[in-house]
Parts: sequence; structure tokens; C-alpha cells
Amino acid sequence: MASLVSFGNNLYTGAKSFDFVGRRKIWYTIAIVLMVASVVIPIAKGGFNFGIEFRGGSQFQISGAQTLDQQPASDALRSVVPDGVAHVSTVGSDGVRVQTDQLTDKETLKVSAALAKAYGVSSNKITSSFIGPSWGADITSQAIRALVVFVVLAAVGMALYFRTWKMSLAALVSLVHDLVIVAGVYAATGFEVTPAAIIGFLTILGFSLYDTVVVFDKIRENTAQVGEGSRYTFAGAVNLAVNQTLVRSINTGVVAALPVASILIIGAFVLGADTLRDISLALLVGILVGTYSTIFIAAPLYAQLRSNEKSIKDRDRKTLAAREKAVGE
Amino acid sequence: MARSTPVKKAWRSLIWLLVIVAGLGAINWGAVIWSNGSWAPKLALDLEGGTQIILTPQVANGAAAPTSQQLDQAVSIIRQRIDASGVSEAEITTQGGNKVVVSLPGTPDQETINRIESSAKLEFRAVLVSDAAPTSSVGDATASPSPSHDYSGLQSTPSVKPSNGSDDAYVTPLLQQQFTDFTCDQVDASGANVADPKKPLITCDDTGTYKYILGPVEVAGESITDATNGIISNSQGVSTGQWAVNIVFNAEGTKEFAAVTERLYGLQGVKNQFAIVLDGRVISAPTTNAVITNGKPQISGSFTQETSKTLADQLKFGALPIGFKVESKDVISATLGSSQLQSGLLAGIIGLGLVFIYSLFQYRALGSVTIASLVVAAVLTYLVLLLMSWRWGQRLSLASIAGLVVAIGFTADSFIVYFERIRDELREGRGLVGAVEAGWKRALRTVYAAKGVNLLSAVVLFLLAIGNVRGFALTLGVTTIIDVLVVVLFTHPTLQLLATTRFFSSGHRFSGLDPNALGAVYRGRAQFRTPVAAGRSSKEAVRRQTIAERKAAEAAGADSARNKGKKS
Repeated sequence: MASLVSFGNNLYTGAKSFDFVGRRKIWYTIAIVLMVASVVIPIAKGGFNFGIEFRGGSQFQISGAQTLDQQPASDALRSVVPDGVAHVSTVGSDGVRVQTDQLTDKETLKVSAALAKAYGVSSNKITSSFIGPSWGADITSQAIRALVVFVVLAAVGMALYFRTWKMSLAALVSLVHDLVIVAGVYAATGFEVTPAAIIGFLTILGFSLYDTVVVFDKIRENTAQVGEGSRYTFAGAVNLAVNQTLVRSINTGVVAALPVASILIIGAFVLGADTLRDISLALLVGILVGTYSTIFIAAPLYAQLRSNEKSIKDRDRKTLAAREKAVGE
Repeated sequence: MARSTPVKKAWRSLIWLLVIVAGLGAINWGAVIWSNGSWAPKLALDLEGGTQIILTPQVANGAAAPTSQQLDQAVSIIRQRIDASGVSEAEITTQGGNKVVVSLPGTPDQETINRIESSAKLEFRAVLVSDAAPTSSVGDATASPSPSHDYSGLQSTPSVKPSNGSDDAYVTPLLQQQFTDFTCDQVDASGANVADPKKPLITCDDTGTYKYILGPVEVAGESITDATNGIISNSQGVSTGQWAVNIVFNAEGTKEFAAVTERLYGLQGVKNQFAIVLDGRVISAPTTNAVITNGKPQISGSFTQETSKTLADQLKFGALPIGFKVESKDVISATLGSSQLQSGLLAGIIGLGLVFIYSLFQYRALGSVTIASLVVAAVLTYLVLLLMSWRWGQRLSLASIAGLVVAIGFTADSFIVYFERIRDELREGRGLVGAVEAGWKRALRTVYAAKGVNLLSAVVLFLLAIGNVRGFALTLGVTTIIDVLVVVLFTHPTLQLLATTRFFSSGHRFSGLDPNALGAVYRGRAQFRTPVAAGRSSKEAVRRQTIAERKAAEAAGADSARNKGKKS
């Protein structure tokens, strides 16, 4: 991987440079297309597949079961509802509790009969009832309130630290981009939205802002040097900063994504652990999109927001004039 | 030697780190020996199972069944009560539209069950009559819960309208007779906990030694805005060692409370007493020694630290809209089973292995610093998790384990930012020791700013959110602080020390800090290397020259001055 080192050298000196800022219209178009798709797909598919923690569901309680294995319950449920997910736990010494999405009365009877057979009990030993959501509306409303407060505080904090609210705005736009796309991926794949997935969503929120702050700090450093006699225009300085931190972005993205990808692939597809799959998908997509959006959206947007300021326009004009002159000689 | 300062500093940092690790280890060792600490973190409901408590509503005879709104409200209040006792990732839900199911990890003790179950309906009533309770015979109570006396001939409504809550007119002949016949084992059956707030009430104190006739409710628990527990101190400010609950009323409650204490202050005998009624039982009936106008009374009674904390939490979050009793309490198994935990851990270990390999590829020998730093971070995180699970009942769910795996990325990023800054400084032509110091200064600022964002989100979510989100916020906050600790107290000092070794300072090919590979244009004091211009266009060569020239000019200035000038 020595090539990445020399790649980094060239990016640092500017010998090699990707025009992230200049080609922003391409990136914006991609972002808008992805975001629209992330909104349209859920609507077309009829929304998210929320888990029973959010919607409540049906519960079967088996007493006097012959076996306490969890597998027969899943099989019994799947024989009636092919894509049903059963949350099975044992209760006391001979009870089994099976929770699943809400079933119709007909399905409930069938599942009840299948369970009776699977656990070797008569059907009067099985009671079924409706269970309410354990992730209640109160948790959601409190979490949303907390998020709004956090985003406002983070925006103010970034504006103070970077001494410009435009960085906050650019960071928030890329944050919204990331969250919308992660949500869209959930809707598109039909993976169940569990409390664990929500936690993953919150982690992504933190990661997205974190990544943006790291790159913006380099931009702050580079653009602070833009002034009389600089070789770079403001947009050029922003672009150089993104290029100089590109190796960092790649390395961090890879290092953060590797463990999550291994959870997703090994944990879910090889060993078939559903919960792990639900969490790690949000995280993997979020990490990749979060790293991408900092480079392709937050930075170009920031350069664009500042490019109309009078002082920056004047400075850029001088820099360009000086460059023309140098070429002319 | 000019070099001795960073080296000394480095050793000092490493010793501090050792002290912190040893300190955390020692605290946990103590917790294992003298308390209920453990060397393995506790697992949450999804991985370990726990106890399922089913609560059924207790309604007064003939009253309507609770509405779903009341049930939801009860779930919300119970959740807050459980959250207040720590971060245990409990699961609370309704079942069949009329029951509340609380699933808690581990085996909850009686105190925890009381915290959940009791409705915590607090009332302040004036005492009208008080008497020593007769020692009740057990046989009587089991025979019939309701007194078998005939009250038909007795007057049940006051002959004159009572003027205030202390008016004897409330004590009708019927009430007097009922009071005489009352024994303390009838309290629960008499429905004292669901009594009409506008009517007088016959009840006992919680130890069953006194029985009372109390006036109507003067101040209700709904007027409480905050409640805390604390040790009572006497007028000299010396602690008495007794626990009490301090209440803060809202404006309305303050006014009502002031009016009542003013009235009672002027009365004599038992009528000077003010009964504090919790769930239908008098927990304390102090004499009124002063008019309390600030709305901050203190409830004393036979409290321990734990029971006073429980009551304070219950009062703060409000009474349950309905009374509950425990219908069943069963052990439940984990829903995810051990295979999921093993898969998660296995995947995490493989992922970590991949990170190690990638780091070594990318940063050569420097990659081993990343690995060592991650190991130190893992040890610290593990110790802190143990302490959190001991003190606050923090438990690891599968989601939080996944969160910890993601934290690897956050943590490793600090090192990556730092290493890239060192490389940048080497590219600018600094010597390794100087590059480490200069790169550190710049990297640290970035690390602080970015970690600050993470910490902010952790603090805000922890303070404002409820349920599982709080547990997540706590883990995030702790790992963020540990990240910063590790990079400051381990990664940087280690690099400071390594920078003085021959292997790294000579820029060995495999050190990951080879100035040649990094294309440094200035090397050592006043010693230039010709830039490798092969394969580059002449325009680029000109550009590179400019950098070299600029560096040369800067190098002419004092080293420190250059450093400062660039920072601004």
C-alpha cells in the first residue's frame, strides 16, 4: 500500500488534485437523486418495516411445555406466516413466551394450534393476547426533543468554533443527506426497524458530524492562510484541504467500516443473526455515506456559501490576476 | 539535552495512564471483594434474560376499568422511575389492553418491585381524631374483610357544613362508630388508597400502631414539582443521621400548604397534627411547629437512604393514575440466545483483526502504535464498563456491543488524524521529533473539536432522552472520553519516545515515517534533497519549487517563531 503514501504526498503538495469543489454540480445532482429515491421508495413500498417494539404485536404464552427450545416456536410461526419473526423466551420453569407482529384472528388460531403441536401441549394451555409497544410514543418524543436540542447546540458550537455559521449550515446539510439515505436504505431493503437500528441511526448522526468537523478543521486552517499573495483562491484552498485530508478520510472510513462490515457479513449472512443484521446495516451505510458526504457535499457547499462574500470575491480576484500575470510573464 | 523535555513529559503521561488503569482496576477489585462488583460486565435483557413482572390494575369496587390512556401514562411513569434508579435497559409494555408488563434484567429485589408497583399517591390531610390501634386478631381479618357491624341507624352526613378541613363536624356518629370498630389490618380492604379526596378518611399509620380520622385532602401530590432525599440536620446544622424527603411545591401547592399550616399552628392537641398519607397509609403525622410559607416541607419518617430515594423519585415523576398489584413474577430467558452474542463477538474480533492488518499495511511499524492504543482503549473501556455496571446497573445489550465495535472507528480516527499530521510535517521537511510535536499540536485541536461534538451529543441525549437511548448516550460519552485519554496519555507519549529511537528517527523503510517515501523536500539542518521531478510536468515542478523556496525562507527564521506564525 505504499502507493497510497505517494498518492497522499501528491495530494498534499497539490501535484495531484481532485476537483471536489469545482465539480460540485455533479455531486449535488447525485445527492439529490439519492435523497429523492430515499424518500420515494419508502412511500412506494408503504413505509418502514417497524418491529413489534414500536407497533406492538401478538403474544402467545405456552404453559407446561415439553421442551424449552426456541427453534420450534420460530418454525411453528413460519408455517403459518412465512416471513414472520418470533421473539421467543422461556418464562419460569415450563413456560414459553412467543412474541411476533400482530396477527389476524385466523392466523392467531393457526399459530396457536401449531405451537400446541410443537410443544406437546393441549391448546387450552396456550393463551394469546395483544402486547403494546415497548418503545412507546414517550421514548420517541423525548428522543426527538433531545435530537433537536443537540443539533441546535452542535450548530451553535460549530459556528463559534469555526467562527462562521456557514460551516454549521454545510455540516447540517450533509447530516440530513446521510440520515435520509440511511433511512431510505432501510425502507428499500425492508429490514426491520428495531430499537437497535434506531441506536445505530443515532451513532451515524454522531459519526457524520464528527467526520465533517475533522475535515472542516483542516479547511479552517488552510483558508485562514488565504490572503495577499496566496496562490489559492478561497475555493482552491478548500479543495486543497479536502485533498490533503483525503488519505485520512479513506483510512478512517475503511477502519470504521471494517468491523461493521464483518458484523454484517459474518454475523448476519453466515450465522443468521437477525438483530446484528438490523443494526450493522444502518451503521455500515451510515459510515460510508457519512465519509462520502463530507468530501462531496459539505466541503463544496461551504466553498459555495462563502464564495459570494465580498471580501472573498475581492481576494480571489487579486489571486487570479496575480496568476494571470505570472503566466503572462 | 534539548530532547529530554518531550521524553520526560512522555514518561510522565505514561505513568499517569498506568495510575488511572491501576486505580480503576483497584476500585473494581474492591467492588468485587466488598460489594457486588464483578469482573464480567452484566448483560441486558436481550442477552441474559431477567424477570418479567405482570401488574394488574387495582380499581375500587364498581369503578370503571382503566382506560388505555391511563395505562400508557402508567407505563411512562414506571419507565421514569426505573430510569431514575440507573440505566438498566428495562422493557415496559402493556398486554391485552389492561395489564402492564415490566421486564427487568437480573433478579430485582423487593425494593425495586416496590419502586415500580406502588402508586405513590401522596396526600396531605389534617388529623381530626387519633387513637392507639387495637392489636388486631388475625382470625377476625380472614373471616371477613368488611366489618360486620350494623351502621344503619347512624347519621352519615354532617349536621352542619364543615367550615375547614379540621372541623369536627366531619366526624359524624357513623364515622365515629366505624373508627371505633376499625383495625389496622383492614386498611387495604377498606380502599384507603383509592379514597375520595373530598371526604374524611379512616386509616392507620404504616406501622399499624395508630389509627386516625383524617380530614379531606388539603394538598395533593400533583402540586409537587421536585423531590429529593437527604439527611436531616437540626437547627444547629448538625446532621442527625436520619433520612428524609424534601418536597418542593408549585405556586398553588405553596399557597395551599401555607394556609393549612397557618390554620393548624393555632390548634391544640391532635388537631395540630398534619398527616402525610402515602397510598392510603399515614407515613408521618408531624405536629405543626411553624407556618411553612416557602412551599418546601420535609417529610421524615422511618426512612433509610434507599427508601427515601425511592419515595423522592416516585413523587418527582408523579403518582400512577391507577393502583397496581403484582399478578405474577417469572424468570424469563434471553430472547436473542447465546448464539447471537457469540456471533457478535466473533464478528467483532475478526473486524478488529482486519483493522490491525490494514493499519500495519498503511502505517507499517506505526500501525503497531495504533494496535497498542486500541488495546489500551479496550482495557480502559472494559474497566469503566465494569464500574458502571456495578454503580449504575449499566448493562450491555447486543446493540450496545455493536456500538462499542463502531467506537473502534472513532477511536482509531484520532490516531489516523495524528499520524497524517505528522506525515504532513515530515513532508514540510521537519525532523521527526519536531514533526511529532508540531503534528501533535495541530492534530490535538482537531481531535478536541471533533470529540467535543460527540461528547455534546452524548450529554444532551443522556439528559433529555429516556429508555434505551440513555444507555446508548452513556456508552458514547464514556468511549469518547476514553478516546481522548488514550490519544493524550498513550499514543502521543509513545510516539514521542519512538521518535528518539534509531529505527524511527532514521526514517526506516518500514517505520511508516520514511521522509523519502513521504517526498520530503527539506531534510535535516540546511540539507536539501533535490525534489524528485521525474514524470511531472514542468508546471508542477515550478509549483513544487515554490514550496521548497517558501520552506527554506521559513527555515531561516527561528523554529518556534515559525511554528507560531503558521498557527494563527
